[in-house]
Amino acid sequence: MREQLTSVGIDIGTSTTQLVVSTLTLENRASPFTVPRVAITDREIVYRSAIHFTPLLSDTVIDAAGVRAIVAEEYRKAGLRREEVETGAVIITGETARKENARAVLSALSEFAGDFVVATAGPDLESILAARGAGADEYSRERRCKVLHFDIGGGTSNLALYENGVLLDTDCLDIGGRLLKLDDQGRVVYRSPVLEPWSSFVPALGQKVEAADLAPLLDAMTEVLEKAVPEGVKVLSFSGGVADCMWDPPQNWLTYGDIGPLLGPALRRRLEGAGCELVRGRETIRATVVGAGAHTVEVSGSTIHCREVPFPLKNLPVLRLTEGEERGDAAALAAAVAKKLSRYADQEGLCQVALALTGAASPSYQRVTELARGLRAGLEPLYGAGHFPVVVVERDMAKVLGQAMGGSPLLCLDGVSVREGDYLDIGAPVAGGSVLPVVVKTLAFSNSVPGGERRERRDL
Amino acid sequence: MSVNEKELRALVERMVADLMGQAPTPQVKGADYRPMEPGPSAEGGELQDIAAIDLRRLYLVPNPKNGPAFLELKARTPARLGMGRAGARYKTETMLRMRCDHAAAQDSVFSHVSEDFVKAQGYIPIHTLCKDKDEYLTRPDKGRRFDEEQQALIQKTLGQAPKVALVVGDGLSSAAIEANAADCMEAIRAGLKGFGIDAGPTLFVRYCRVGASDHIGELTGAEVVCMLVGERPGLVTAESMSAYLTYGARIGIPESKRTVISNIHRQGTTAVEAGAHIAELIKTMLERKASGIDLR
Repeated sequence: MREQLTSVGIDIGTSTTQLVVSTLTLENRASPFTVPRVAITDREIVYRSAIHFTPLLSDTVIDAAGVRAIVAEEYRKAGLRREEVETGAVIITGETARKENARAVLSALSEFAGDFVVATAGPDLESILAARGAGADEYSRERRCKVLHFDIGGGTSNLALYENGVLLDTDCLDIGGRLLKLDDQGRVVYRSPVLEPWSSFVPALGQKVEAADLAPLLDAMTEVLEKAVPEGVKVLSFSGGVADCMWDPPQNWLTYGDIGPLLGPALRRRLEGAGCELVRGRETIRATVVGAGAHTVEVSGSTIHCREVPFPLKNLPVLRLTEGEERGDAAALAAAVAKKLSRYADQEGLCQVALALTGAASPSYQRVTELARGLRAGLEPLYGAGHFPVVVVERDMAKVLGQAMGGSPLLCLDGVSVREGDYLDIGAPVAGGSVLPVVVKTLAFSNSVPGGERRERRDL
Repeated sequence: MSVNEKELRALVERMVADLMGQAPTPQVKGADYRPMEPGPSAEGGELQDIAAIDLRRLYLVPNPKNGPAFLELKARTPARLGMGRAGARYKTETMLRMRCDHAAAQDSVFSHVSEDFVKAQGYIPIHTLCKDKDEYLTRPDKGRRFDEEQQALIQKTLGQAPKVALVVGDGLSSAAIEANAADCMEAIRAGLKGFGIDAGPTLFVRYCRVGASDHIGELTGAEVVCMLVGERPGLVTAESMSAYLTYGARIGIPESKRTVISNIHRQGTTAVEAGAHIAELIKTMLERKASGIDLR
């Protein structure tokens, strides 16, 4: 068994708009004589677009028609039709996500996206996609170390911290190469509002500057990035346009009309001076779009239970049982689930949610039925509100749990690890109906944000 | 015994004697023996049950460059990696564990599934033509057929042309059956019920080979025969169970018409999840009227 999915990634960033098309290969990796285990075995990028400057109508408005024209043209060049796109992500990133019409731009692009394409704006997913696209997660897994990945773009730096391949934290800082734009004479033509706190040493609009004049600003910017490195993290990985300038800055620093060519080398000097090991990402300027195109989707475990589920399911908030709650008997479980549901309903009304738990390693059938009774009773109110139970188990037990719960519609899947507060997208079954494509949208975890304000999550 | 067989036996005996002679037992005098490490002391307590140690979490190499990383690799394989050594040999602990696991494997072949277990599960006990374990091990053909009395019992229990015949057989590991069959069978039954398929009582077959499915199919005309059977044990686990599913089982049906789900045990596919998978597989077989390679 071998199946391929066509996945598209579109990244509309502060400075550039890009698109990639990739082919994800699904294969059953188990022997034919055991329960199947389908995994994504290959993620091949089959088309990379040119790197376009993101068309803007003004400092606060994206040129939606311009973006649309770029995407349409790239689809044509890639020989890709909308119906062929099975999954992927359209992501508006960096400063662009704050533009007034970000939402309108996403909907303008919806005609290019298939049913199961994630459309999102904001830094949370962006950090993770950039790190995956650059291969920071793999690097940390293979070297068994902590790696902090920086994707430094035009308007923002997206950070993702991995340990042994596992995501620990994400962060977003207002540091980028295009916070200050200059013309070919070195006159300042744009000054991002986020530079306001540093106005004493940021040149004014129209002022003509030399590279040396920007030293105090570069010093302040690189200091913010250095301070973001947690204690004990020695390996730093980089992507984004500024990452290219860290190793190969252009001859003329005014080539791009921004300060990226100065920021890159300054950052490298500072961090190497601090004794860090610096790694250039497998992808640099394309890391986010490659992440969006090839690394957004994961697959669930291969023994799932689904009955009459209206796929795709999008933006399901995750409610997670604690270890203690999971161990309870049916009545205690039902009470714990009901309490979680009602607390959630208080805030936003009872919407379609996903209930997550770890599950037991090798449970007796009796324990499975106990668990099933508890979950079933606790989740019953969902049916009343026109929704249905979606249960996400980490350990391999979704099929038996689903069969024991009974009822319809009902979805039980396993092999997916999510935390309270994550959001889930779940696509229609693939690979002969045995697995579900899943996108886990993880929220940023940390509360401390040195040098930058925490941005609101915006799912569109 | 024919002359040829006698000659063959004599030849094998000579070869075995030769082979044993080639590996002389080293002679270590008591005075030469100097332990490199202090041995475990039983003073004031009990010796640890070595069988209880999870080998995947045991790493015995001294001063490793990156022990945690090796342990993470070990978590993915039952192979005995990173066991260290004493000179050119296994450490005592490793050697004892190897013998212990080997003994467990042999025990699970030669022991019987307890009658209490069969009774507690409400299985209907039957047996093949084999008289005892020795005959079972030496005469696979007899482990596939039933005498007339047992045939009548099978027909009486399952009736004519049931949709599904559920069978548990001891096979080569009684330990596998006692560890997994009950939970797996309960999950299968519940799953089938969810699909609206009622199965009759479960047969328990003593001295059972997979081919006994075919005789049961022939006798009852069951559409699908589903047999849980103990796998030939190895050093990784003595508790691994398989499920063999045959659509239209009858004597002489090719092996390629069987679907097998193997490695059902605590560290493999768990009994309950396998049961749910098997229930769905049975449903698919009934719909498609096929099993084995015909089902692909």
